[in-house]
Amino acid sequence: MTHASLLRQITDYANRANPYPLYEELRKTPVLHEEEDGPYVISSYWDIESLLHDPRISSDQSNVTAAGEDELSGPEATGLPPSFIRLDPPEHDRLRRMANSSFGPPHRPRRIDSMRGELAEIVTGLIDDFADARQIDVVDRFAYPFPVTVICRLLGVPREDEPRFRALVDPIVAGLDPGSRTSAESMKTAQEARLQLGMYLNGLVEQRAKDPREDMLSDLVNSNGPDGAMTTMEVLSTAVLLLIAGHETTVNLITNGMLTLLRHPRYLQRLRDDPGLSVKIVEELLRYEPPVQLLPQRTCITDIEVRGVTIPKGSRIWLVLAAGNRDPERFHDPDRFDPDREDIQHLGFGSGIHSCFGAPLARLEAQLALAELVRRLDNPRLVEDPPPYRPNAVLRGPRHLNITFDGLR
Amino acid sequence: MVTDYLDWLRREGRIVIVGASLAGLRAAETLRAEGFAGSLTMIGDEPNEPYDRPPLSKAVLLGKADALHTELPRRREVDAKWRLGVPATGLDMTEKRVRLADGDQVEYDRLLIATGVRARPWPKESEAQLDGVILLRTGGDAAALYRRLKAGPRRVLVIGAGFAGSEVASACREMGLAVTVAERAGAPLVGALGGVIGSVSAELYRENGVDLRTGVMVTGLEGDSVGRVKAAHLSDGSAVETDLVVVSLGSVRNTEWLSGSGLGAGPRGIACDAGCRAFDFRGIVTDDIFVAGDVARSPHALFGYQFLSLEHWGNAVAQAEIAAHNMISSSSDRRPHLWVPAFWSSQFRVNIKSVGVPPMGEQIMITQGSLAERRFVGVYGYQGRVIAAVSFDNTRWLEFYQRQIEVGAPFPVEYPTVDRRPEGRRPVPADFPDPSLPTHGPTVTLSGYSPTDRQLVFVPAH
Repeated sequence: MTHASLLRQITDYANRANPYPLYEELRKTPVLHEEEDGPYVISSYWDIESLLHDPRISSDQSNVTAAGEDELSGPEATGLPPSFIRLDPPEHDRLRRMANSSFGPPHRPRRIDSMRGELAEIVTGLIDDFADARQIDVVDRFAYPFPVTVICRLLGVPREDEPRFRALVDPIVAGLDPGSRTSAESMKTAQEARLQLGMYLNGLVEQRAKDPREDMLSDLVNSNGPDGAMTTMEVLSTAVLLLIAGHETTVNLITNGMLTLLRHPRYLQRLRDDPGLSVKIVEELLRYEPPVQLLPQRTCITDIEVRGVTIPKGSRIWLVLAAGNRDPERFHDPDRFDPDREDIQHLGFGSGIHSCFGAPLARLEAQLALAELVRRLDNPRLVEDPPPYRPNAVLRGPRHLNITFDGLR
Repeated sequence: MVTDYLDWLRREGRIVIVGASLAGLRAAETLRAEGFAGSLTMIGDEPNEPYDRPPLSKAVLLGKADALHTELPRRREVDAKWRLGVPATGLDMTEKRVRLADGDQVEYDRLLIATGVRARPWPKESEAQLDGVILLRTGGDAAALYRRLKAGPRRVLVIGAGFAGSEVASACREMGLAVTVAERAGAPLVGALGGVIGSVSAELYRENGVDLRTGVMVTGLEGDSVGRVKAAHLSDGSAVETDLVVVSLGSVRNTEWLSGSGLGAGPRGIACDAGCRAFDFRGIVTDDIFVAGDVARSPHALFGYQFLSLEHWGNAVAQAEIAAHNMISSSSDRRPHLWVPAFWSSQFRVNIKSVGVPPMGEQIMITQGSLAERRFVGVYGYQGRVIAAVSFDNTRWLEFYQRQIEVGAPFPVEYPTVDRRPEGRRPVPADFPDPSLPTHGPTVTLSGYSPTDRQLVFVPAH
């Protein structure tokens, strides 16, 4: 091999700012298998879409056989059981259903929408704090604190504990990045951090068991529907998942959104004139710059055939959502950011039984955040383009987004 | 020459759509979206603009939606002349004219028939006229039923346990009303999904406190001295005291107005080719008459070219779009309507969805989940291939099974699937009733050739 494998190029940090040319290359081999024990990489829209609904594909780690086993991602030995994102039905369905009963329809159809006023207030507060500045980092001052505050309130986690759980979230998130899986040690660190985060949440959970409040932790610990109750360990796994997924992705959606709008001033202006356009803009962002670029945690439980290639039982499968989202077989002129697109069934939230649990919240947060940011900032400009990115190839987004502006409106 | 005609048609031709409901509206929108600039006339027997029916047997009955405000969202302006509240009464194919009940006639260059179906009435007319005996098809019907349910009847009797009947029974229980359901077959939903699934549905009924009577017919409805219904008599000799009877005996296709027109129209619908062009009674395809929606009956390559007539929301939309496109396109640009049948229902807090044509199934296999938990996917097999699938609270997998149907995948399903239980290892008879026995009626009517080609591969369009 004269050059690095395509997969290594994609996970290589050097290509983080713009992986799309590599994805284009990737789509030329719809089922890419570069190394003997490496994953089968799927990059075309229709293939990803159908595999996400394929009951022969498992999200359960224990189905990876020796041949497909990645020693770094072996069974989680340290305590917390897998959350529903890493389980198959029926356990997945039961846990997700129970978590959903305190989050969305049919039991709480208005929970998210009823937060609209509260969310707007948080956004306004954060933006008011820029008043004296003429340059800010959108990530540190806005795109990160906003969803963290929201998920803390929703779950019932004290916002002031953020530095405490932040130190645990970072290694867990790093562990999700296949590019960083260079040592068994980093995986071990991630697993230990996950356990510690669970132990931190356990303190809150015990307290909510005695003294329930209007928050999801209370609901999870006191759940008693047709499915019975969650065990304490299940509550902790679920809470860890929701806490992390509830903000690690939205921060990227908002930051990618602001970056994209600054690169497309016409739409920034249109959004300023019409905040209602935020719905379409966020939808197109989820296609154009999805916060979750790929799903590296699927396994097939039998030999399956994709585009004439037989993927053997037990192999790992990577679904590159961001490549599918720009598949010209699916979307017209896919590399163009076009919020006026009518046909926009993107893969930004995945699809099938694992489709993003928090999608309604993420959408609302990003819509409010972007509309308000462009409305308030006078003449915002990028300081550097591209901005520096976070290392993670899976949860991709800028680490900083420095902008200057002339004042607040 | 032909191109000249098409150009002229698109520019200033006259298109008439009979049937101003879902299929009619979507066809009108498609015609305009594809650049039809001529005159468009929409004829509908109901006084209202096109509205949506699925909520009428669900949300409307629970007061969560207003029966008279389930208008269909408009995709675009259609700029049509609306002739509402006037049924079409006849068709003159030679003169290219549609006759209306008010004596008027409307000329067309292209005609789309989307007259749909209506609820099958209670067969004994005097009993059907009793106060408290109602049908459920239109927005007006739903409003009336909602008013009566709100008034708190002592007991509701639903005749027929198809999808509509089941949804009504479910709404009654959710409102805390006593309800009896009488079904001629051995279980609810048998005509659409077979006996294996029917027995799951029967359990659902009973657990939710429905008084389910199967294997019986209602032989008569009895009124009191002022003409209000007070009881129903059943074929097993029993009687049900009731003050509200919902007749849910399936539907009748609205084709009578075409009798004598020369079109291939009858009780099973209007036969057409895969491109939605109607056949005349001699089996010759017409050039200027198209059909779409519940009233159409067209051959489907995936199902052995049997003529399928589908009372499915999604089918109405897809077929209307194809028909509209083909109406203003040259033969080489026409597209076939090869929609994979799919429908859904919601009852007793369970979401039911099906793809393919379950009544063709000889056997069924529970490939995921379990019947006992009432959360499962069942796959139907016909002559060694997958022909349909049904899910209870498991909708998100169905896309996979639709794909299996599209590629003619083998049945039984041998490969492992997540959540496969021991009960799903072997196929069992799907247990559809003998088609010669009448039930409230499946939503799919089958006839035609037997299947031969199993080499189909579908490529989904954008």
